Amino acid sequence: MSELSSNAKKVIEEHLGRYPSKQAVTLPALHVVQEEKGCVSRKAISEIADILELSPAQINDTLSFYGFFRTEEDPLGKKRVWICRSLPCMLRGGEELLAELCSRWNIQPGQTTADGEVTLELAECLGACDGAPCMLVDDELTLCVTADDVEKQVRGRA
Amino acid sequence: MSNEDFKPVLLARQGKPNSHKLETYKADGGYQALAKALAMKNTEVIDVVKASGLRGRGGAGFPTGLKWTFLPKDVSGPIYLCINGDESEPGTFNNRVLIEQDPHQVLEGIVISSFATRTTTAYFYLRYEYGRCYRVLKDAIDEMYANNLLGKNILGSGYDLDVHLHRGACAYICGEETGLIESLEGKRAWPRIKPPFPAIEGAFRRPTVVNNVETMACIPHILNHGAEWFMSMGVPKDPNNPRDAGSYGPKLYCISGHVNKPGLVELPMGISARDLIDKHAGGVWKGRKAKAVVPGGISMGFMSEKELDTPLDFAGPGRVGCLGLGTAAVIVIDDHTSMVDVLYNACRFFAHESCGQCTPCREGTAWSTKILERIRDGRGKLSDIDLLLEISGSMGTIPGTTICGLADGAAWPMKNAIHKFRPEFEEYIQSGRRSESPALAGSH
Repeated sequence: MSELSSNAKKVIEEHLGRYPSKQAVTLPALHVVQEEKGCVSRKAISEIADILELSPAQINDTLSFYGFFRTEEDPLGKKRVWICRSLPCMLRGGEELLAELCSRWNIQPGQTTADGEVTLELAECLGACDGAPCMLVDDELTLCVTADDVEKQVRGRA
Repeated sequence: MSNEDFKPVLLARQGKPNSHKLETYKADGGYQALAKALAMKNTEVIDVVKASGLRGRGGAGFPTGLKWTFLPKDVSGPIYLCINGDESEPGTFNNRVLIEQDPHQVLEGIVISSFATRTTTAYFYLRYEYGRCYRVLKDAIDEMYANNLLGKNILGSGYDLDVHLHRGACAYICGEETGLIESLEGKRAWPRIKPPFPAIEGAFRRPTVVNNVETMACIPHILNHGAEWFMSMGVPKDPNNPRDAGSYGPKLYCISGHVNKPGLVELPMGISARDLIDKHAGGVWKGRKAKAVVPGGISMGFMSEKELDTPLDFAGPGRVGCLGLGTAAVIVIDDHTSMVDVLYNACRFFAHESCGQCTPCREGTAWSTKILERIRDGRGKLSDIDLLLEISGSMGTIPGTTICGLADGAAWPMKNAIHKFRPEFEEYIQSGRRSESPALAGSH
């Protein structure tokens, strides 16, 4: 059975027409797979490589460069929460916010809560320094957050 | 023009209802500049941009029109325009606001710039974290295709252009133009050795221009109002310095950190950091004083309190030992904050974001972070201070040991922090105190 969904194949196909090389579709392909499955498995890497006429090692080389993608040994929770720790956020409590969430959820940055609901990540500058400290949930920014705001938004409780 | 009389140009449509829609953009005079440009020769458009003195807003400040003229004249086959929307320099958020609130202003600039450079395919490289921007741009591009502003025979001119959005994957180095190109091509974002410069051999080994989002937003206004209007704002070139290209036009200043009103402010280039903080950001918070100010993103280093009257134009920050104006992202640090903690934060950022290709950067950013960790843990030695200086003097394109400027950006906060705040580092180490702020280990 194919690891890539029909939607993923369709998205990859659509992207092929936009670039003069097939390799350029690597990031779009990795994104669609991770969005659907919460990780990019070895089988998915191999199938992407087949479509893009590359070796799986070339896909893996790109994948592993970006800290963004997860392997099947280390999948994401249902939501991915990034807390910014760069200077503008640090100056307004970003590091304390991250430490507080680690303590409340009993995990370290990079880990997922025991119920599989939330993966907590530390982020370098998220580009929302006008609302520090800020967080990113999946790919939506929220400005000026407290630990209670984060709990409410991502776990539905204060 | 005085700052009091200045009316926002790039932010003029902020906060208007549906400012992101094509209909409202057109009602405010949008896409008239494009119609004007399409009736000109492409070289005439380049001449106007050149004459305006517009310099790239992404950090390096290279003259935009001049960059376009580096493309080969007699080339057959495609030329590419890449829009650098990988905005990741700590403190910088102007691209996010421009795109979310007024995407068509940026896109009109892209179509005009593509026409000027004879590009028929443009790639808009957008950092992944800007999901809202991605969706706003996607809708705006769809509106453009539906209204003959993209695609074949734009506005009946015979000119064709496609714009494709390309999402990044959370890596600062993709903001370096050749790192961006490598990333676009589906590879690890390792910056390329130059020459060849992208204008000769860039994306997909074709002539390529890489321009910043804010630069693109300036273009329609230059076409509408002319080069002289653009040059009426800002700081003229220094007649005693033939290498100074001047600092013209409006500029977006991002203000963050310890101020009462963090935010995005548009002003003619050249306001002082002090006026920016006091008159446009509500002053330093909690009635405190500024200890240090980052002039343009963390890679530019620090100004001390007594340097705050420095004008924030392309030349100003360099005169007080900073690397440059960078992205004009001003981060204010109050006098209750430890510069050891601040420098640790900066070094840790660059250690995290170094691509690892060049040894001086990979090792220098990692070891400087470890040394600062040791100092913060109460185990520092006075000799660590000179060791940090030695490391900072050994990495970057300025000593000539790395391929790209990330290492210069990593070195500058170290140099400035130690040169300008050395007694604080000495006192910190001698007291044997430990930092109170949390330092979390973690993956990613």
